[in-house]
Amino acid sequence: METALRATGTEPRSSRHGTAVELVDVHKWYGEFHVLKNINLSVAEGEKIVICGPSGSGKSTLIRCINRLEEHQKGRIVVQGTELTSDLRNIDKIRADVGMVFQSFNLFPHLTVLDNLCLAPTWVKKMPRAEAEKTAMHYLTRVRIPEQALKYPGQLSGGQQQRVAIARSLCMTPRIMLFDEPTSALDPEMIKEVLDVMIELAQSGMTMLCVTHEMGFARSVADRIIFMDRGEIVEQGPPSTFFNNPREERTRTFLSQILNH
Amino acid sequence: MALADETRVPGAPRNSALDWLYRREGRQIIGQVLIVIILGAFLWMVVSNTIYNLQKQNIASGFGFWDNTAGFDISQTLIPYSATSSYGHAFWVGLLNTLLVSVIGIVFATIVGFSVGIARLSNNWLVARLATVYVEVARNVPLLLQLFVWYFAVLKNLPGPRDSIQLPGGSVLNVRGLSLPAPVPQSGAGMVLVAAIVGMVAMIALNVWATRRQRETGQPFGRLLPSLALLLGLPILAAALMGFPFTFDYPVLRGFNFQGGIVVLPEFIALLLGLVFYTGAFIAEIVRSGIQGVSRGQKEAARALGLTSGQMLKLVVIPQAMRIIIPPLTSNYLNLTKNSSLGVAIAYPDLVSVFSGTVLNQTGQAIEVISVTMLVYLTLSLSTSAFMNWFNSRMKLVER
Repeated sequence: METALRATGTEPRSSRHGTAVELVDVHKWYGEFHVLKNINLSVAEGEKIVICGPSGSGKSTLIRCINRLEEHQKGRIVVQGTELTSDLRNIDKIRADVGMVFQSFNLFPHLTVLDNLCLAPTWVKKMPRAEAEKTAMHYLTRVRIPEQALKYPGQLSGGQQQRVAIARSLCMTPRIMLFDEPTSALDPEMIKEVLDVMIELAQSGMTMLCVTHEMGFARSVADRIIFMDRGEIVEQGPPSTFFNNPREERTRTFLSQILNH
Repeated sequence: MALADETRVPGAPRNSALDWLYRREGRQIIGQVLIVIILGAFLWMVVSNTIYNLQKQNIASGFGFWDNTAGFDISQTLIPYSATSSYGHAFWVGLLNTLLVSVIGIVFATIVGFSVGIARLSNNWLVARLATVYVEVARNVPLLLQLFVWYFAVLKNLPGPRDSIQLPGGSVLNVRGLSLPAPVPQSGAGMVLVAAIVGMVAMIALNVWATRRQRETGQPFGRLLPSLALLLGLPILAAALMGFPFTFDYPVLRGFNFQGGIVVLPEFIALLLGLVFYTGAFIAEIVRSGIQGVSRGQKEAARALGLTSGQMLKLVVIPQAMRIIIPPLTSNYLNLTKNSSLGVAIAYPDLVSVFSGTVLNQTGQAIEVISVTMLVYLTLSLSTSAFMNWFNSRMKLVER
């Protein structure tokens, strides 16, 4: 069970408890708008982090900086020992280690589920097609939809699409997974099936950074919860202290809004 | 009967013969009958009026003129034709000239359009700006005017035959057109042809093999250079072994003009340039909007998976952009074909110029000539769109 979601031959280095992601004094501006202010964050290998905060607080931008979908303008970001600079080789190396799941799934609509999963392994890792298909079916079984392999994304429900998207990322055997509001576009009855897959992934020892408003998930899975507001990390801590004894007034306001409705 | 009475709404008028006038079906039938009557009356009026006028002017209708001697020359003929050929023959010459400029125009307009469309999205400021300027100029100047510019301002201002511009390889450009050396096969040229065919087959086989190898081992095979070697190298090698069994018929200045070689008329060059320059700009806009129509999320997902920008374009963006691009691309291909009839203004001997122009003037058979011409353009357009619809249905996304 512990290694259920990990392909053979990719033993995690979590036993060494090294640092997976390190952000030092990171700043980012959109024109005049200061989206990220002085972000300092260190994520240990195997650690599960949930990032929450009001909309526009910069939480999505923060995790999108980690695989260079957004560029930071000041500070240092180091992923698995490689610093993110404008050096394309470093970016390629980091993207190979970091998987990402989006709010809007972003499956490739012109390819079948199986082809969606095989695309990156065959073209980026130069894996033989037969091996890529075997890996793909392995992960499709893990997210519990192997029977949908030959369908197109448009023929699946939202929850199924998001599970395919998770499997697609896992096919590249990443060390770190980024989740950008993975359940926000889903109908309530489909949220659980996606969260179940994420919980199983967390139990397998994957390093995870999740932007989410699912506080139940945060409570049961997260090692640490980070609260962001107006581009800053306001407060962070383990779920027990974060939910029961928040220090900051802004955190209390946010929690009261999100928990009492 | 009792059943009908039971279903009647209380208080509604009793069933009568005129009841159907108040139902939707009844009204639709009345409307359609009226339209048929009006249309029929109009057509009868047009036809009877035409027949009456033709009889009054003593013009025989029918295609009897088709086999009569044309008695005029055509400046560009792809099939043997002389002044003693028939009108029907002239029709085919004109049709082939229209097809020639349209097909070559479509190929080049597509190349120009895709290059400029991608250039407009370039991160390189200068490239993007130049592409924008080209698109705005070409789209906003009328095509007829552009043809005049190419023909009268550019090509008609070239030097005369005696001061011709010598191009590399023995080609000559002057006010009378572009003269290219024509290859004349000697004994042994057949071997070169065989080598070219073998090279082409081998190239296809190599590409099939390379695709299969990538599927099975994951290792890509650099196929560009070997393909080129097979396609070009093999015929060249064969030609070298046979001692280059070709002589060239070079254009030579004799008297006031060049003789020999293949002559490309300035009218053809001007029409081709105009059509390609004009249609290419529209295609560029279609390509740009198609690429931009692929959502940002698709590109982000591709980059997050580690695909290079080239792979992203080839595997994710272009396949999805094509479904946006194809329908408007079709209508631009049709436009180009139909616009080629503007060649009449610069004396390019296309179908409209030869058939609806000279043949019509000489025979006076306006109805027959115009109907045939219209039918030809209709056939060309419908076959083009049938092909593009088939292509489009192959690219369509599966939903539900």
